[in-house]
Amino acid sequence: MATVTLTKLTKRYGNIGIVHGIDLDIADREFIALVGPSGCGKSTTLRMIAGLEEISAGSIEIGGRVVNDLPPRSRNISMVFQSYALYPHMTVRENLGFSLKIAGAAKEDMDRRVAEASAILGLDTLLDRRPSQLSGGQRQRVAMGRAIVRDPDVFLFDEPLSNLDAKLRTQMRTEIKKLHAKVQSTVIYVTHDQVEAMTLADRIVIMRDGHIEQVGTPDEVFRQPATRFVAGFIGSPPMNLHEATIDDGQMVFASGEKLPLPAQFKTNVATGDKVVFGLRPDDIYPTGHGISSGGAADVHQIELPITVTEPLGNETLVFVEFNGTDWVSRMLNPRPLRPGERVAMSLDMSQAHLFATETGKTLRS
Amino acid sequence: MDENSSARLKRRLLGVVYRIGLFLAMLTICLPGLWIVISSLRPAVEIMAKPPVWIPQEISFDAYVAMFSGIGKGGIPVIEYFRNSLIISVTSTVIAVAIGMAGGYAFARYRFRGKSSVFLSLMLTRTVPGIALSLPLFFLYVRLGIIDTHFGLILAYVALNVPFTIWLIDGFFRQVPKDLAEAAQIDGCTRWQAFWQVEFPLAGPGIASAAIFAFLTCWNEFALASQLTRSVSAKTLPVGLLDYTAEFTIDWRGMCALAVVMIIPALTLTYVVQKHLVGGLTSGAVKG
Repeated sequence: MATVTLTKLTKRYGNIGIVHGIDLDIADREFIALVGPSGCGKSTTLRMIAGLEEISAGSIEIGGRVVNDLPPRSRNISMVFQSYALYPHMTVRENLGFSLKIAGAAKEDMDRRVAEASAILGLDTLLDRRPSQLSGGQRQRVAMGRAIVRDPDVFLFDEPLSNLDAKLRTQMRTEIKKLHAKVQSTVIYVTHDQVEAMTLADRIVIMRDGHIEQVGTPDEVFRQPATRFVAGFIGSPPMNLHEATIDDGQMVFASGEKLPLPAQFKTNVATGDKVVFGLRPDDIYPTGHGISSGGAADVHQIELPITVTEPLGNETLVFVEFNGTDWVSRMLNPRPLRPGERVAMSLDMSQAHLFATETGKTLRS
Repeated sequence: MDENSSARLKRRLLGVVYRIGLFLAMLTICLPGLWIVISSLRPAVEIMAKPPVWIPQEISFDAYVAMFSGIGKGGIPVIEYFRNSLIISVTSTVIAVAIGMAGGYAFARYRFRGKSSVFLSLMLTRTVPGIALSLPLFFLYVRLGIIDTHFGLILAYVALNVPFTIWLIDGFFRQVPKDLAEAAQIDGCTRWQAFWQVEFPLAGPGIASAAIFAFLTCWNEFALASQLTRSVSAKTLPVGLLDYTAEFTIDWRGMCALAVVMIIPALTLTYVVQKHLVGGLTSGAVKG
């Protein structure tokens, strides 16, 4: 069990910067997800923590000990790779016990710990098989088992579920969560899938181009995105974002359409300011079919034409045309709607977000 | 006849044609070897007969007996030649594979300046025919005093084999996912341990095949060996074949018998090792 502290952590390949001096404090037993699009530096950061990648500047502390130049084996970490990286010439038992064998553990101790890990992950019946005889989900479990056996200070996961099909991914996600509850270790989990990050993590670190955009609990990054990027990245379907200019308490969009300025931003902007207006699909809905129907504080009504509907059973995603593009809205208790039909939409402006166009930063005070 | 039965008939006919084709191909490949074995067992008259005698009239092991009967009784120092061949081939194979492993690993895993040009120049050395080097090597070896020694021939064979073993082993290390060595390092291995515990066993079949190729090259090599060795203490089996040529005659039967003696160990080794060349050993390592 250990804390992890990254200070001004930097990675450069020649002149090309990959990670630009990030700072992060991870508490003991915390589950942290590093999330971001491809090439944002999240995997590189994880590999630097693992010791598989040299750091160009800054420092990494694990459990209060600076590990900058220590080899991976001296950091007491374990890692689950995206590719699983099971040793194909060894059985599941040998795979699980490999780290103990290298450490020179006694036979009984090794057997006991392998048995414990395989019991946790339900691998008992597979111990004598080789990786090639296992399914994707089983391989994934062996990879996790190999990590558990070491009883490390920190677990590192590098997109562990991205090779699994959708159903298995959901199942393994739950298993990882249960596993964390059982072993109570610090976990750093890299993923490009924001749903994984939201469901698993205590805190989410959103990265972009080698910088940290925001660190916060799933609720914080969802409800109070610090930047336009975070707003667009977290949430599914993504937040609707439109550029507008402030004009006398109103937002004027490129198409000439206007919306009233959300009350909570009135003092933060002035006429002439360029802003990005954001509203989640949950906060736009055909009137009477929303999450916050009736109880919302600041609802604006507008009539908009429907372009497409996507029924999902208990709800329907309704695409309406606004400002020349499609707005996604979420309709609860759906009723049949036809494309082309104009419907009264409710916009819950109390949930709206505004970002400065230039910096992308939130204008929330 | 309906469509299905004619399709079935066609498939069967094609099967027969394939088998005949395969048989002819195998015959072409195996016939010279078989001819050598037969020729070693029959009298010289039959070997030289025109038209050829396909089925030997009488079989005798005289040539084999004579081979081991010692000098003056039609024998040649076959034990010495065999020993020389074995020492030279095994030693140079071990060295070439060791260098090949180090080189192949470096080419497969590391990025360094001039990597592709170094690799290309290694391969280019293969374009030079060995015989073209024999005369310069001869003079060089005479000057260095290593002519007609095991060491001299081992040196030449290592140089001959290293580019090939590097190229082959490089390919096999490339097939071993990099993640495995990294996983091993996280599991507590040093770089060196990760190599021996994980990467080496997985590239093992490839390394074994590189070793077979290197061994066979040395075992069968004639051109360089005939130039660089002359005495019983260094001559290899292929060079020993020349002992059956006299000024006016060639003892074809004896030569064939020695050829059979040469083939047997090479064939046995290949057979033993190829059983261990299990392909696809890395399957299951990564992804699903």
